[in-house]
Amino acid sequence: MALPSYASPLQRGWYYGFRVLCGLIFVFLMFPILVIVPLSFNAQDFFTFTPEMLALNPEGYSLKHFYDFFTNPDWQHAMRNSLSIAPMATLVSVSLGTLAAIGLSQSHVPFRRAIMAVLISPMIVPLIISAAGMYFFFSAIGLQGTYWGVVLAHAILGIPFVIITVTATLVGFDRSLTRASASLGAGPMRTFFKVQMPLILPGVISGGLFAFITSFDEVVIVIFVGSAGQRTLPWQMFIGLREQISPTILAVATLMVGLSILLLTMLELLRRRNERLRGMSPT
Amino acid sequence: MTSGKTDGFVVFDRVQKSYDGETLVVKDLNLEIARGEFLTMLGPSGSGKTTCLMMLAGFETSTQGEIRLDGKAINNIPPHKRGIGMVFQNYALFPHMTIAENLSFPLEVRNIGKSEREGKIRRALDMVQMSDFAGRRPAQLSGGQQQRIALARALVFEPELVLMDEPLGALDKQLREHMQFEITKLAHSLGITTVYVTHDQTEALTMSDNVAVFNDGRIQQLAPPEELYERPANSFVAQFIGENNKLEGVVETIDGDRCTVRLDDGTLIDAQPVNVTQAGERTRVSIRPERVESNPERLPEDAHLVEAEVLEFIYMGDTFRFRLRVGGKDDFVMKYRNAQDQQRLEAGQKIRIGWLPQDCRALDA
Repeated sequence: MALPSYASPLQRGWYYGFRVLCGLIFVFLMFPILVIVPLSFNAQDFFTFTPEMLALNPEGYSLKHFYDFFTNPDWQHAMRNSLSIAPMATLVSVSLGTLAAIGLSQSHVPFRRAIMAVLISPMIVPLIISAAGMYFFFSAIGLQGTYWGVVLAHAILGIPFVIITVTATLVGFDRSLTRASASLGAGPMRTFFKVQMPLILPGVISGGLFAFITSFDEVVIVIFVGSAGQRTLPWQMFIGLREQISPTILAVATLMVGLSILLLTMLELLRRRNERLRGMSPT
Repeated sequence: MTSGKTDGFVVFDRVQKSYDGETLVVKDLNLEIARGEFLTMLGPSGSGKTTCLMMLAGFETSTQGEIRLDGKAINNIPPHKRGIGMVFQNYALFPHMTIAENLSFPLEVRNIGKSEREGKIRRALDMVQMSDFAGRRPAQLSGGQQQRIALARALVFEPELVLMDEPLGALDKQLREHMQFEITKLAHSLGITTVYVTHDQTEALTMSDNVAVFNDGRIQQLAPPEELYERPANSFVAQFIGENNKLEGVVETIDGDRCTVRLDDGTLIDAQPVNVTQAGERTRVSIRPERVESNPERLPEDAHLVEAEVLEFIYMGDTFRFRLRVGGKDDFVMKYRNAQDQQRLEAGQKIRIGWLPQDCRALDA
């Protein structure tokens, strides 16, 4: 949007001022992340930029912290835990969240808003409260300190994301398509898997990605609900910060940022594909 | 019509529908549709016509009564087991499938083999002249093309009954007229029974074998298009189908199929009694604008003539339209064909008009 020729000095000032403001906000949001990435390649065991690094001397950089991450049994154990807990929690969130969203989008369901509010509440209730509640509840039923306990706890955190994204795609879903499917002879199951599911899939997948990242990044609940056997990457980082300040944490952080960027890129590509299918943008 | 009688291919037997348990949307509906018939349900929005179609398709349940298809009650059969083809108002093509996949869907459901499927899909696409589009997606087609595909998809599994819910509503006028013709031709050549819902009376008149005019949850008249237009059974149908002039008055004399009506301003006119039986009854008479005659020489000697004043002349291309003041009301319309010998009347001119008694129907007040 170019500035029109009749703009007053105040409008001109705002036009440029607004751009500077936006730039500052971006810097504020991105800087802590951007600073971590070069630091993780530090050749020294410091959390600060060394003179060699600032001089862009190759001597100042190394992959040794990444090497440490991939060889240290503690970190490897944590990574295996994270990679087994997050996908399972995602699977549970996606299945339950999608079903809940479809059910709650039907107008004849009583107390829809109230049920929706309850299901969304893990997003709003402070994590520490959920964590303490789950700790006592899971202890009582023998789930505390087990793999499935952590999976269920993380699934509860992931479900609101799935419900919100799937509900949003269902708003644009044309109900007459399910009627058309029935009129063509397809039963409810076939209609669900062949017609409804492919069309709401982008919502399901983006909800799933959010659920995955939530579980992958989560530290509070896993400390309460898990035991040493379920120590995940964020938990290991937390311990690392407290006990032995090692730049390996920065290497892990860099890897996790990379993974998040990858997942969000996938999300955007999916969204575009969906728009194309619905004919909202030219092919 | 009694229970168990199976003359019609589709039978609505004393069907009622209420959404809230109090007000009836469909009131005591009785309707028989013969095999191969093209029936149109016509009515204003909220008249119950779409609800009837949805009950037949199985997407709504009837509160009372029975719906029979080919002699069998279908009230308890779910929509996907009824085998009824349906064309939806917004086409409802599956956006994530190509045209060929859309057409293949009902065939796959029926476990039809691949080679047979391909043959059927090709024939269905040929039928609607869309063979070149099999690999496209619905979003890449225009509205008219999507409409054809929706039609092909509803016909590809060879149902005996096809329902259409205002299928041409979203098309422009020219395309709509063309599709009206094509749908009728297709339905008749395939010999399928068609139930067509519309609020467009032109569509109903040009396409149907029979038209059921709905209002207020009831069928007001069920008749072939010509009869509906020429002989409306009550004032709702007279007003809803085509254009009609209405005048109100009291029946003065009644003698077989002739009567005279004294209008409220004292004018006496000729009419044919339809819903009136005795002198003294209040009535509303209706006359088509094209049946009003301003040349007394073309009317019988004993015709009662009415004083009228020309208020407005409207040139409409193929017709001339005059707005007249008749019987104290100034919304009386007279229509002429635009012909060489036709006289043009000027605003302000005083004329005498009349009509044949059978063209003026004395209906319910």
